[in-house]
Amino acid sequence: MRSHFWNRSAALLAVTAMAACGGGDGGSSEAADEAGEAAPAAAQVDPSTVGTISGMANFGGMVPEMAAIDMSAEEECAAGYGPDGPTAQNVLVSDGGGLANVFVYLSEGVSAAPAVSGAATLDQVNCRYTPHVLGVQSGQDIEISNSDNLLHNINATPTENRGFNISQPRAGITSTQRFQVAEVMVPVRCDVHGWMQAYIGVVDHPYFAVTDANGSYSIANVPAGDYTLTAWHEEFGTMTESVTVTAGGTAEASFEYSAEMTGADVPMGDALVLEHGTNRIRVERIQ
Amino acid sequence: MRALRRMAVAVPALVAAVVPAVAGQEDAAAAGRVVYDRWCAECHGETGQGDGSAAASMLPRPRDFTQALYQIRTTGSGQLPTDADIRFAIENGLPGTTMPGWPNLTDREIDDVIVYLKSFSRFFGQGPAPEPLDFGSDPGGGPAAIEAGAAAYLTMLCEECHGLSGRGDGTSAPTLEDWRGLPIRAADLTEAWVLNGGSSVEDMHTRMLTGLDGTPMPSAIDAMNSGVVSPDEVWQLSHYLASMGPREMPPLREVIRVGRAEDGLPADGAEEAWAGVEAFYFPMSGQVVQVPRNFAPTVDGLWVQGLHDGSDIALRVQWNDPSNSPDPNWDEWQGKITAALDLDGAAPIALDSAGAPAARPPDAVLLQFPFELPEGTDRPYFLMGDTREPVYLWTWDSESGVGAGRGRGLGSVEPLEDPVTGAATWEEGRWTLYVRRPIEVEGDGLDFAEGTPAPIAFQAWDGSSAEAGTRSSVSTWYYILLEPPASSTVVVTPLLAMLLTGAFGLVLVRRAQDRRRD
Repeated sequence: MRSHFWNRSAALLAVTAMAACGGGDGGSSEAADEAGEAAPAAAQVDPSTVGTISGMANFGGMVPEMAAIDMSAEEECAAGYGPDGPTAQNVLVSDGGGLANVFVYLSEGVSAAPAVSGAATLDQVNCRYTPHVLGVQSGQDIEISNSDNLLHNINATPTENRGFNISQPRAGITSTQRFQVAEVMVPVRCDVHGWMQAYIGVVDHPYFAVTDANGSYSIANVPAGDYTLTAWHEEFGTMTESVTVTAGGTAEASFEYSAEMTGADVPMGDALVLEHGTNRIRVERIQ
Repeated sequence: MRALRRMAVAVPALVAAVVPAVAGQEDAAAAGRVVYDRWCAECHGETGQGDGSAAASMLPRPRDFTQALYQIRTTGSGQLPTDADIRFAIENGLPGTTMPGWPNLTDREIDDVIVYLKSFSRFFGQGPAPEPLDFGSDPGGGPAAIEAGAAAYLTMLCEECHGLSGRGDGTSAPTLEDWRGLPIRAADLTEAWVLNGGSSVEDMHTRMLTGLDGTPMPSAIDAMNSGVVSPDEVWQLSHYLASMGPREMPPLREVIRVGRAEDGLPADGAEEAWAGVEAFYFPMSGQVVQVPRNFAPTVDGLWVQGLHDGSDIALRVQWNDPSNSPDPNWDEWQGKITAALDLDGAAPIALDSAGAPAARPPDAVLLQFPFELPEGTDRPYFLMGDTREPVYLWTWDSESGVGAGRGRGLGSVEPLEDPVTGAATWEEGRWTLYVRRPIEVEGDGLDFAEGTPAPIAFQAWDGSSAEAGTRSSVSTWYYILLEPPASSTVVVTPLLAMLLTGAFGLVLVRRAQDRRRD
C-alpha cells in the first residue's frame, strides 16, 4: 500500500482555492469554474520584463533499485521492453545524477497568470503513462490518449477537483478532461494494470515544469520578481528555493535530493490557497 | 425617478423571493440533520466522512460525503449526482453493500436529508445543477441482441475485471482498489440482486455510461463516442449483462428435495445429469455472533442439488468465489483485506518481506447435520452445535478435500470415521462440490430416511479474503428430504382413491334407486 494514499485520505483539505494570483485580478479559479473551461484571468505580460528560471533536480546517495513490473498478463506491453523488462518509474536518476519527474512550480510571488496555450497530453504506451508526471494549468485541456490496443481506464482521484474515470478499450481513443482549481498533485491510475501510476500537478499559472531524463528543467517567460519555487517528487516530497527573476536574465535554482529523504511525507491533493493581496500560498488541512 | 421607483418595488420582491428559499434550505438542512443523526451517522459519521462507529468492519466502507463521490448517478464521470440520484440510493439502498433501503423515511425526510448530505461537501452549489446524460433509447432485446451484447462484452474487455462468465474473477480483480485505496470486488454480474444501482437493462446501461465514481468501474462514454462500440451495442451489452443470471434472488425454500435417480447417481459434479435436477438457493451471511466476526463475507449464497438411488445420496453444491484459494495472485488482496477490516482484535495474518502472507487459508465449505433425525423441530445450535448437542459435519476444503467431523461449537471440528467421499472443481469464479455417502452408515454419522426431512445448514470460507475460523459465511438451518420412490405411492394411491370413490358413488346411486322403487 502506498503511504500517500493514506496521507491523502487523512488530510482532508480545506476550502476552495480562492482567488488566485493576487494583483487584484480576482479569482482565476472561480472564473474558470464559471466559464467551465480554460480561462484563468488572462493577464498581459510585457515580454521585455520576463526572464527564465532553470536548473536541475539532483540526486545524491544510493539510487534505490526500481521494482520489476510483471507485465506477463499483457504480452503486447511486455514486448515493448528490453530483455530486463519494465521497471517502476518512482525514482529515475540519470548517469549524471539528475532526478527525473520532479514537478517544479512557482508557489509564491506570482501576480499575473496568462493562460497557457494548447492542450497538455497524457498518453498510455506499453502499459505505462507518458509522461509519468505532468504539469497543467487549471482549466487547461488535458488530452488523454491510448497508444495500446488494449483496455486502460484512466482513474484520476483528486481531492480539490472533481475526478474522472474513463475506459479506453482500444488504441486511438482520446478523452479530454480538465481540472478547475490548483492541486498538487492529482494521482492517476489504471485499475486494470495496478502498476500504472501518473501524477498531474495543477497550478493557477503557466510557470511550471517537470524535470527531464537528465534532471533539468526550465521555466520561461516569468515576469521579473521574487518568487518561491517548489519542487515535488513522488518519493522524496517537496523542497523550496527562493529565486529572483530579472528581465532578460536566467535565474538558476537547483534542488538536491538524497536517498535519506526516502519516506518523506509526500503531499498529494493539497489545496494551494493563494491568499488575496499577499501573494502567499498556504496549504490548508482540516486535520 | 421611475427607475428608482421600479427598483423600490423590485428589490423587496426579489428579497421576498430569495430569502424564503434560503431560509427553506436552512430549515431543510436542520430537519435533515435530525434524520441523518438518527439513521445515517452510525455508518457515515457525524461529519459525513464515512467514518461512523460501525464503518471499520465494513467493506466497501460507507460513503464519505465530503468528497461528493457518488457511485449511483445519471450524470457523467466525476460529476455531481442529481437529487433524484441521491434519492434513488436512499430509497433502494445499495445492494452488495451494507447500505439498506430506507422505506421508513417519508418523502419529506428524504428531501431534507439530501439537503443535509449535500451540505457536507463544498462541491455542491458551486456551479449549475448537474444534468443527467442523454442515454438514448433501447433498440430492444431478444436473443440476437444478447448475442451481439456478448460480443460487445469482449470488445469492451469487461472480462479483464468481471471475468468471462461475469463472476468478478477477471485477471485484474485481485488488484482493484476504491478511491480510499481499500480492496474492492469486481461485481458478480450473475447475481443481479447484489448489483449496486439496480439490475434492469436500463440500470446496466446507465452504470456503463456514467461509471461508478470512487470505484475502478470507468465510464464507457468515450469508447462509445469514438466508435469502439455503437450506442446500440452498448444497449445490446446491457441486455447481455441482464441475461447473465437470474434477475432476482431465487425464492427461499426451506426443503431441499432429493429426488430418486432412476438411472443411477452422477459420478461427479460435472455430469450432464445435474442439469435436469432442481437447484435450491440458500443465502449466506457473515458470521457476526462470535468474535472475530465477518461483516464482509465473500460467499453470499450457494446452490444445492441432490439425488439418491435408495442406497446412496449425492449432493452438488455450487457457489461463486472469484479466487481459487490458495492462490499467490491474491496475496496482496488478502493483506489489504486484513489491514482494512476490524478483525475484533484477532491478529492479522502477517506478511513476509516479499509481501506474501504467513498463511494462505484454503477455500472451504461445511455441510452440517444433527447426528440423529430430530423429533419435532428441535435442532442443535446453528453455529456448529455445542458440547451438549454436537453436530455431524461433511467438510471440504481446497487443500484436504472431503471429510467428516463432529462439531462442538464454532470452529471446533473433530475428524470422524465416515464413508463420505467427493471432490470439488473451480472454474471461472465458481466452485462445484460433489459429495456422496450411503444413506445409512455403520458409524456415528446421521442415517437419512426416505420421507423424513433432515436438518441441514451451511458454512463457507474464502481463504484469499483471510476468511478462516469464525470469519465465515453461515446459513441458518434448512431441511433436506429424500423423496421415496415415485412408483407405488404416487401412482397407486390416486387410482385406488378414484376406484373407491366411484364404487361408493355407485352404491349410493343404487341405494337411492332402490329406495325410490320401494
